[in-house]
Amino acid sequence: MTALGHMLRRREAGIALMIVLFCLAVGAYKPQFLTLDSARIILLLTPLIMIGAMGQMLVILARHVDLSMGSMMALAAMASGMMFRYAPEIWWPLGFVLSIGVGMALGLVNGLLVTVFRLPAIIVTLGTLNLYRGLTFIMSDAKQIDRQYVPSALKAMSQTSPILGIPWIIFMSFGVALLTWWFVTHTRLGRQIYALGSNPVAAPLRGIDVTRVTLIVFVISGALSGLAGIMYASRWGFVNPSNTGNGFEFQVIAAVVIGGVSINGGVGTVLGTVLGVILLGCVAAALPLLGIPGTTQNAIYGSVILVALLIDRLVRLQGQRSMLRGARI
Amino acid sequence: MTAQITPPVPSDPILSARGISKQFAGIEVLSDVDLDLMPGEIHALLGENGAGKSTFAKIVAGVHRPTRGSLKLNGKAVEVTSPIVAQRLGITLIHQEPISFPDLSVAENLVLGLQDGGALSRVPWAEMERDARRLMDLLGVDIDVTRTMRGLSIADQQMVEIARALASDSRLIIMDEPTAPLTPREVATLFAIARRLRDEGRTIVFISHRLEEVRALCDRVTIFRDGAKVATDSIANLTDADIIRLMIGRPLKEYMHKVGTTISEVALQVTGLGRAGLFRDISFSVRRGEIVGLGGLVGAGRTDVARALFGVAPADTGRIEVNGREVRITDPAQAIALGLAFVPEDRAQAGIFRSLSVEQNISAAVPGRIAPQGIIRRSLEKALAQQSVAKLSIRLATLRQPIGDLSGGNQQKAILARWLLTDPQVLILDEPTRGIDIGVKAEFYDMIGQLAADGRAILLISSELPELLALCDRVLVMAEGQLTAELPRGVATQETIMQAAVPRNTAREEVA
Repeated sequence: MTALGHMLRRREAGIALMIVLFCLAVGAYKPQFLTLDSARIILLLTPLIMIGAMGQMLVILARHVDLSMGSMMALAAMASGMMFRYAPEIWWPLGFVLSIGVGMALGLVNGLLVTVFRLPAIIVTLGTLNLYRGLTFIMSDAKQIDRQYVPSALKAMSQTSPILGIPWIIFMSFGVALLTWWFVTHTRLGRQIYALGSNPVAAPLRGIDVTRVTLIVFVISGALSGLAGIMYASRWGFVNPSNTGNGFEFQVIAAVVIGGVSINGGVGTVLGTVLGVILLGCVAAALPLLGIPGTTQNAIYGSVILVALLIDRLVRLQGQRSMLRGARI
Repeated sequence: MTAQITPPVPSDPILSARGISKQFAGIEVLSDVDLDLMPGEIHALLGENGAGKSTFAKIVAGVHRPTRGSLKLNGKAVEVTSPIVAQRLGITLIHQEPISFPDLSVAENLVLGLQDGGALSRVPWAEMERDARRLMDLLGVDIDVTRTMRGLSIADQQMVEIARALASDSRLIIMDEPTAPLTPREVATLFAIARRLRDEGRTIVFISHRLEEVRALCDRVTIFRDGAKVATDSIANLTDADIIRLMIGRPLKEYMHKVGTTISEVALQVTGLGRAGLFRDISFSVRRGEIVGLGGLVGAGRTDVARALFGVAPADTGRIEVNGREVRITDPAQAIALGLAFVPEDRAQAGIFRSLSVEQNISAAVPGRIAPQGIIRRSLEKALAQQSVAKLSIRLATLRQPIGDLSGGNQQKAILARWLLTDPQVLILDEPTRGIDIGVKAEFYDMIGQLAADGRAILLISSELPELLALCDRVLVMAEGQLTAELPRGVATQETIMQAAVPRNTAREEVA
């Protein structure tokens, strides 16, 4: 176990505890929430957010933020959807290649604006959030890619399962998480992302190529948005220029921050982020079960995020106090 | 230029610099520096701020590229194009503020940038931590290498950087003002390690302001003034007066002095002040016209007492009387209203508003005077700032430039100016001359004396003993959160202050 792992273990235990408490509370009211079936529902809500969260985590670790993920996802998905519509006979896995490729290109644009022109990422990606969404409308002529154009093999990935009735896309999302974990804990580049976010001024003095690392995190963020885009087409069977990826970035940022990734960069783990995603999934699954009307769901969703952050803050303050007490002369 | 002949050293220089010059934005900050560093010596670079010593060090360490000039390492011409290249060549610069990645572990901080291999090559955690532990043992310091850097003391962070120099087997280690933030005990540890590294044949370059440290540690000294080297000599050949003359280019008249003042009634009386975990049972008084020093080691609680008096982190026991009236101070605004002013120790963090203009910084404590109706009148603000700048001879380009662009001494003057506008009766100065030039320091001493002569009560916290001895009418000493001595002028000496400042183990057992 790494030093970072030691330090954050408590933090992850806290999120896990929040998940358990939340599920028990909902289960006390609606016992069917505590069944395997509902676990499957929760898992089915998470794969897109999971994949997006991994990309967003890398960006935030480097002390940036990517607000354009949902729009990159839409544009990438739309590109693949249109390819399927114009060339129905095409080999369907090319959808993945195209979608991820488009995502990488869009991410590269974000990264170049941030590095070459030294613009703040929050402003750059706020701009491209609108730009990429707008391009999606222009490109698609504001028309949806309907179910009949999405290859059935692609759709089947969200329905058929290799094992335990768990569909392929869930395995894929956990695969991405595992790969990200390996990347950030076991590779030189992964550690450089933490170092850059922890102290951007010192990073170049330690031989870190700040431009390169920054470009890479934005390109990965774009690539994973593209992957989420094609998986959206798989999961829902259509691509819509206004719905696809709408609000995606906020769910993803929420998951990352709940998962304990510091918005100031340098701190955070894949495990924490995965738990953050699962907590969001639990909330999303519980709301309809509790009969909470769609109109109030957004407000509840937002409140849960704030409550999770508050609890975390209180726990950490408590920890600091007890440390201070121990240090008294 | 008065370059003197260096004494013969029986080996070839490890580093030869010839004609090193550097321009920033067309301004020459370093011109034609020739310098030879020998293996197995501790070589001091002395000079006022802006004299070019740090710039020279940064060129050697690859942080800056020289505009002209050449470097030879062990007789071979080298291009030091980046800090990493320097590290590979065996040159390490330990910055004034140690470079650290607070969220990474000590072991990672130690090796970052030193390993070979591509972006996706594996990070060898176990091996890395083992090596880090070995280096810490070698230095004889006890730091857990798996913990994060955050929260590590500056001294320990320096040790990590020294360990890093050893990890790359640096033969030339440059320390840029390493002792400024250290306690005397930490300085002693650092010196012991520096001597050991020298005895192994490494070269240590030691940049400092403190003459007594240079004398204690260094073999040879090079003095910079106005971007040029003015002398290199064995330290034994130079008196302090020589060194100061070479540094400032003129003999310094009357290094410090205290003007005779009339000491009248008590302005600040503190009785039994305490704050859990920081200090307790603090009682003293400061009279108008009096300068009372507060000495002790860093961490003794001196700053905490000042912060309590100013209401930043109020005391939880004891009483404070200002001009004979008992007061409760729980907030700096109350303290200001009562006629207190506090110039904090950490200028960058707590003193200045870095991105705001000089005039905004100066007028920050007197909103009422620049905005009589709640709306800031620029003309008033400007007039106030102009008066202050003239009175304290603050050197600046324009009043509207960001204060962060001024030199440390001038920033400090601006902060003092800010507080003088509140016409304080009690002035608390926490390490007011840390990190500022000798020349500006002398101005500060004059100013502090003048403020006392005007009938203000001054509490001066300082770690520089000569400063306390020269300026103060009385010196209070703190150790481990308690007052341990009150020494009137004449009784206070370097020895009596240090004796009272060193914590006694019995005191610690009592509390535990």
